Amino acid sequence: MPIPAKTIVTDLEDVGFDFFTGVPDSTLGGIIAALVERRRYVPAVREDEAMAMAAGAYMGGRAPVVLMQNSGLGTSLNALISLNLIYLQPCLLMISWRGHDGKDAPEHLVMGQVLTKLLDLVRIPHRTLSAERCKEDLSWAAQVFNQQRIPVALLIVKGVVA
Amino acid sequence: MRPEEGVLTSRSRAIGAVLELLNDELVVVCNGFASREAYAIRDRPANFYMIGSMGVAPAIGLGVALAQPRRKVLIFDGDGNVLMGMGTLATIGALRPKNLVHIVFDNEVYGSTGNQPTISQVVPLDQVAKAAGYRNVQRVRELEDLIYEAGVMLKEDGPSFLLVKVSELADDVGRIDIEPPAITERFRKAAVGGIP
Repeated sequence: MPIPAKTIVTDLEDVGFDFFTGVPDSTLGGIIAALVERRRYVPAVREDEAMAMAAGAYMGGRAPVVLMQNSGLGTSLNALISLNLIYLQPCLLMISWRGHDGKDAPEHLVMGQVLTKLLDLVRIPHRTLSAERCKEDLSWAAQVFNQQRIPVALLIVKGVVA
Repeated sequence: MRPEEGVLTSRSRAIGAVLELLNDELVVVCNGFASREAYAIRDRPANFYMIGSMGVAPAIGLGVALAQPRRKVLIFDGDGNVLMGMGTLATIGALRPKNLVHIVFDNEVYGSTGNQPTISQVVPLDQVAKAAGYRNVQRVRELEDLIYEAGVMLKEDGPSFLLVKVSELADDVGRIDIEPPAITERFRKAAVGGIP
């Protein structure tokens, strides 16, 4: 059973996340709609802009979440490695995993294949969000956020969040 | 070579003049010489110095401004930086944070890499900001005009955009000797706890 988007938004708030920005993907549509309904979503125009906004929000006392398609991870790389990671500005990255299992439009296939390797390479801890263990995954992400003060990623495969 | 070169003020004098106007305002300074000069002229915990991630200073400032709506947040930016992250002018213009003042020191070159020309000589960045939806937009060339306009923008609701034409001159200043995590931590304290 997929996790209802409203439930995951409440769960995110329960573990302390209180600033939400990003760039949309169809897989994240439900979560973004739930955030917009609560007036909690700050739309960005590029993913590196969203990463930088998250850095600012963190320094302003908030616990930020950045939503993006995995193609946006490519756009974000420089901000991630020369801002968020070296300045210790944590955020939760909720990244939709397009091209998972090699099934998607051609533009998603390479990133779909290398996504976890790329995250490992730049030393961003990650987990694939599970519908059954959602709360556990979120507490793990909050723990990495608070203890290591670096970006931490939850990968979202199509169908896991409704 | 630009005809007005030599009569323009230097970026460091312009930065110094704005810093002198400040009390508890938060300042995000873009990477390159701007950060190094601000650090040398008047270091304060409420200054956040970027050393990399060119182009995202206004996005960092926007995040701070949204998280701390009662504090004035200034961004010290450069023309090369603005051109690299021009989309953020649109994001700021759309969200219209009242507490954001974006000051661009425009020397028309990439100063840190050897003064290669940017395209800000032919693309008026103040007009781009105006079209994007900034509430107050001004362009200045003289130090006294800068001091006047910056003073007005510190009092009035924004978002405000102040384009300051400056010379290519860079001060002979060293690198910032505070570690990045320490820059984050003291800025965060200044933002959340109100220490200037």
